[in-house]
Amino acid sequence: MKVGITGLNNIDSPGPGVPVIRGIKDSGQFDGKIVGLIYDALEPGAFMPDVADSSYLIPYPSGGLDPFLERLEYINSVEKIDVIIPTLDAELFAFTKLAPKLAEIGIKTFLPSSEQITIRGKDQLFAFCENAGITAPKNILATSIHDLYAMPSELKYPVVIKGIFYDAYIANNLDEAAASFTKISSKWGLPIIVQEFVSGDEYNVVALGDGTGNTTGAVAMKKLFITDKGKGWAGVTIDEPQLIDISKRIIEKLEWKGGAEFEFIKDAQSGKFYLLEINPRFPAWVYLAVGAGQNLPYAALRLALGEKVENFESYEIGKIFIRYSWDLITDIKKFEEITVKGAIIND
Amino acid sequence: MENYKIPDNIAVSLDGFLFVPSTGESFTLNEIGKKVLESLKEGKSANEIVEILTQEFDVDTHTAEKDVNDFITQLKAFRLVEEI
Repeated sequence: MKVGITGLNNIDSPGPGVPVIRGIKDSGQFDGKIVGLIYDALEPGAFMPDVADSSYLIPYPSGGLDPFLERLEYINSVEKIDVIIPTLDAELFAFTKLAPKLAEIGIKTFLPSSEQITIRGKDQLFAFCENAGITAPKNILATSIHDLYAMPSELKYPVVIKGIFYDAYIANNLDEAAASFTKISSKWGLPIIVQEFVSGDEYNVVALGDGTGNTTGAVAMKKLFITDKGKGWAGVTIDEPQLIDISKRIIEKLEWKGGAEFEFIKDAQSGKFYLLEINPRFPAWVYLAVGAGQNLPYAALRLALGEKVENFESYEIGKIFIRYSWDLITDIKKFEEITVKGAIIND
Repeated sequence: MENYKIPDNIAVSLDGFLFVPSTGESFTLNEIGKKVLESLKEGKSANEIVEILTQEFDVDTHTAEKDVNDFITQLKAFRLVEEI
């Protein structure tokens, strides 16, 4: 069996590909090969030992779905891929759209629908939460600075000014809000999300939904160390049933299919959990779930293959992940292979 | 002095390392802090803990009372203790 996996960019803001591969390999039941699908010739996962058996450069889906599909078809003609597990936000719509075509050439996927991906978008999340009875910070969508002047009274400064895809700044007054609006909108476009500021600690849940509303597994984590890019560099599994319950409710309401990460903040005053974001794929820290007893990546692979997977009911509390960087030495020949031939075959 | 309860899920290791499973927070306690926390876990009242400290450590009652109060105030701030 061959499994294609993206997100081998194990850099300072790492993609989830390498931990997903590690999970699959750690299962002890996987008797197949991993095909890395990479967007950049220097994605570390393509060079790391015991990660991908081969890796292929693929074009960004934003460059058009046709060349993207053509490249996948070519790779499939060489490798005969059984399943593709995409792990990056930016490519998910493309893979979801192409899923029927990939199925025609024998490649299975296990992904949320375009509608599900849209509902969890930053601009629609609050409406979803209101309907589903899930606590989330109040927000408005601003399409011009004028909207900041007309901010409804239930939103009081400080507020969080967020981009539709990335970036977030805390604004203490109208001037700061307007400055953040301009900065973010010039980079990420409109609308801008103006969100109620909730002060407290952040918590995350990694989960897998089987597409029927059932949660196959879910593990809650508290970040112990956060980089200047806001990435968790260390974290610990925690026992907080509320977080797992809310996550299960989200998966049930959305009938979520595939991996997901839920980001929460616990209001320091009320102790209430607010849902901040739903990421429509496994997070880069998913290997912590594997280490704590829930091999969610391997479970996702089995679900993609149409197998019946039992739910995970528990996990070990107090398991810690500590990420590290490591200089890998390899030969220029490897780099030549990937840049000239677009493929790298590891021994 | 009031009586307090340490939540059941909070445990302290022999070395005084305290991990809160519900929040992921951890703390390091010195020998006396560990003694106070263990005593609270055993259901001892603040007054009883003051008595234990004066017996086991070289400290007068007044200082022990002040220290126990200060320590419990810190525990409260970190939500590691509940009043009963």
